[in-house]
Amino acid sequence: MKSALNGKTIAGLSIMGFFVLIAIIGSWIAPYDPSAMSSDIMTPPSGAHWFGTTQTGQDIFSQVLVGARGVLVVGLVAGAIATVLSVLIGVTAGFLGGVADEFLSALSNIFLVVPALPLIIIVTSFLPDAGDFLIAFVISATGWAWGARILRAQTLSLRQRDYVEAARATGERTWRLIVFEVLPNLTAIIASSFVGTVIFAVLSVITLSFIGVASVSNWNWGTILFWAQNAQALAQGAWWWFIPAGLCIALLGTALALINFGIDEYVNPRLRTSAGGSKVKMRVGFTPVLRQEGGRS
Amino acid sequence: MRFLLRRALFYLVTAWAAITINFMLPRMLPGDPVQAMIARFQGRLSTDAIASLYVLFGLDTESSMLSQYLTYWGNLFKGDLGLSFTYFPTPVSEVIAQSIPWTLALMGVTTVISFVLGTMIGVYAGWKRGSWIDALLPITTFFSAIPYFWLGLIAISVFAVSWGAFPAAGGYEPGLIPGFDWEFISSALYYSVLPALTVLISSIAGWILGMRNMMVTVSSEDYVTVAHAKGLPEKRVMLGYAARNAVLPSISGFALSLGFIVGGTLLVEMVFSYPGIGYVLFTGVNAKDYPLMQGIFLIITMAVLVANLLADVVYLMLDPRTRKAA
Amino acid sequence: MTGEVVLAARGVTKHFPVARKGRQVLTRQPRAVHAVDDVSFDLRRGHVTALVGESGSGKSTVARLLAQLYPLTSGDIVLNDVPTKVKRGKSFRAYCKQVQMIFQDPFASLNPVHTIRYHLTRALRVHHGRVKGEELEKGLASLLERVNLTPPERFLDKYPHELSGGQRQRVAIARALGADPTVLLADEPVSMLDVSIRLGVLNLLRDLKERLHLAILYITHDIASARYFADTTMVMYAGQVIEGGDSETVTQEPAHPYTQLLIRSAPDPERAHNGVPTVTTAPGEPPSLISPPPGCRFAPRCPYAAEKCRTATPPRFDLGESHYAACWLYDSKTTDEHPRRDTVEVGA
Repeated sequence: MKSALNGKTIAGLSIMGFFVLIAIIGSWIAPYDPSAMSSDIMTPPSGAHWFGTTQTGQDIFSQVLVGARGVLVVGLVAGAIATVLSVLIGVTAGFLGGVADEFLSALSNIFLVVPALPLIIIVTSFLPDAGDFLIAFVISATGWAWGARILRAQTLSLRQRDYVEAARATGERTWRLIVFEVLPNLTAIIASSFVGTVIFAVLSVITLSFIGVASVSNWNWGTILFWAQNAQALAQGAWWWFIPAGLCIALLGTALALINFGIDEYVNPRLRTSAGGSKVKMRVGFTPVLRQEGGRS
Repeated sequence: MRFLLRRALFYLVTAWAAITINFMLPRMLPGDPVQAMIARFQGRLSTDAIASLYVLFGLDTESSMLSQYLTYWGNLFKGDLGLSFTYFPTPVSEVIAQSIPWTLALMGVTTVISFVLGTMIGVYAGWKRGSWIDALLPITTFFSAIPYFWLGLIAISVFAVSWGAFPAAGGYEPGLIPGFDWEFISSALYYSVLPALTVLISSIAGWILGMRNMMVTVSSEDYVTVAHAKGLPEKRVMLGYAARNAVLPSISGFALSLGFIVGGTLLVEMVFSYPGIGYVLFTGVNAKDYPLMQGIFLIITMAVLVANLLADVVYLMLDPRTRKAA
Repeated sequence: MTGEVVLAARGVTKHFPVARKGRQVLTRQPRAVHAVDDVSFDLRRGHVTALVGESGSGKSTVARLLAQLYPLTSGDIVLNDVPTKVKRGKSFRAYCKQVQMIFQDPFASLNPVHTIRYHLTRALRVHHGRVKGEELEKGLASLLERVNLTPPERFLDKYPHELSGGQRQRVAIARALGADPTVLLADEPVSMLDVSIRLGVLNLLRDLKERLHLAILYITHDIASARYFADTTMVMYAGQVIEGGDSETVTQEPAHPYTQLLIRSAPDPERAHNGVPTVTTAPGEPPSLISPPPGCRFAPRCPYAAEKCRTATPPRFDLGESHYAACWLYDSKTTDEHPRRDTVEVGA
């Protein structure tokens, strides 16, 4: 996995690690109680309130710190559940083939085509008291299909590889073929589908909080934006109310996307922007003559 | 034809699944909120309307599940999606009919522009891999990671609040009467600039990245090398050989990401109070207007299915392999 | 003939169903690719049997059928005089402890994520229980030594991509030997290797056959290597065995017109020097196996094809000394006396 750790992956993992750290210690290092009101109403960022305050004098910096946990918990839990689902469904469909495959592929295609966000909104609004884990569960129930589809396609091609056939001819049992011969070769794809689902889940949970479907008493970055929107923060020019939370979302999303690019480039080396540090122009390597000059080291 | 027929069959099954999910949801989840809603409107609701709400939400505990299901379908075919609580006593179907043209226009135009423009930039970026264009990638990544609605908020604060060049909310000049006259259309266009740009900027990044990666992959295929070796002009190889093949997955990806795009557009409408279906959904969510939410979900799903079918037709025209198999 | 028969194919047939499309589901009869039709032969201990044929002739399918990786359509696979049909589970394990297979492409038949140690350990454990510690190390080392990969510790912890093609194929052979089999099915074991190392791998197989008294089925498209390596040679065309006998006879005095064509199409420096054109071709290509022509499958391309060849499938005709051919030219009723090969010699 040495080459998976390229610049992009490292950058993505560092940002991600930073946010995970905030999610863990955020509620301890937050200078104020995020819900506590004060007399500093709608103040711009200052030494006392790094990100300014809300209409009711709440400290936005503390809200952002505390809110990281909700976002990451839902994102990671939903990502994990959805990945387990997609591995179970995708690999089973790809390995078994036949009627089971037809059925499972149709199922995942249906979940892919049905617009997920409206469905999540409706399901969540039917739930009387939607906490973080319930939301994570709803998101993962709609978000597994993409990974299942990719995993099925890959398993289908792996299943026919000689080494799987060879292991079978050695006398290996079917579950061993799946777990020890096929799954290890899917690691990169599973990782990438996990990261992809986390992105989807993070955006979904923030959206749900922003439109007020999820419980707004739990702090997360979407909740901050919900209150900002409700208090007409934009019209009052309180840019500090919605900029920090939004930037955090964008940064976290970028970090996850970077991790995924790193994985993609590891799986498909052609995608690397520059090979071995030197810039490769598209035409180099197309003719043997150029290959020597181009120095494709 | 066979390919299209099979796809159409699949979409029918999907439509059936979506409708059935819609039918099952209120029955699987606690029905009290709806009951409470109906109680609040007691006396103002006609008995017919109450009956149809009972069917929609499975409050009618006396009839069997199957007969409920059949009545549900019957109501759907009559276009009866129940009454909206928010826009009481307008039927849901009417509320949707009023708002859907706005969404179709906004989303249809921006999605097509975003796809075409993004694909073109992606073709170029993939072809010129390793040049300065690669520097664009981190920026596009950043933009694709931003939630649509937040970009909308920024756009409002910069262009509407601070600068004041564009309106912050609404679909047309208040006071104008919607109609096919120049005054109204120009106003609608003016009001749609910010939401459209927001959707465009957040969705284009995905197309650029996807297309670039496909181009890079396709560029090292043998047939591209052969085209080079034949001495064909660079542009011809790029467009006629590499892009022609690289665009196929992008189109099938288009169909699959429509669901995501729709979700994003709904949010942009909410932020801009744009009179489309997203804004209606937003008001419906806040008012716990279940009939409206469910009706919107159905309509959106059907629209996405139709768009998918169209994408399939385009794919069929571009890919000789499926054409032959058809 | 050396050794007793361990594994035998008796009328082995494999048809792969063809997917019906659209309306055919309702109207047409199910169709099938006749990949292998009525193939019979014996594998004996200490004896190499070659199966020669061009790509698509069904020779690799025969190997996979004998390994019980595909179910048979009809016929029997007879292991130690017992007709055996296994699918999975214990009986399959018991079967593949006896019958092991080596695949064509050593770059594909070893899982890239596992070390050589893993591959060989599995082969030992699957068939000999939970060997570990000292015993395992000794087993691993002896496997690698048997295939001349020495010293073993230099190879054990390598990944497949760190080895050369020849070394990988040796590992694949070692893995097959891990079961202590009596039969080795070698599906074109050298065709993916560089020409320079093919001989080494073939010699290794021959050496193993001698030492371990193995029965080997050697599948190849290269009839010259069959002559070098195998004791008996069979030729397959379009899913059927059309000629067989001891390698020397089949390659030096081919009886079936297809075998003659096959031998003449192999480059031969001597013929080239004599100014004789090295390649003569029969026009056309192998028939579609979905609806094979009636009669002899080679008839459409055969220069000697008579009316009978196009209507009736030729049975095996014995040509003496275990040499046989499935060709009407050798029917003693049509040719008055013992078949004379010069009557079939292709002149022009």
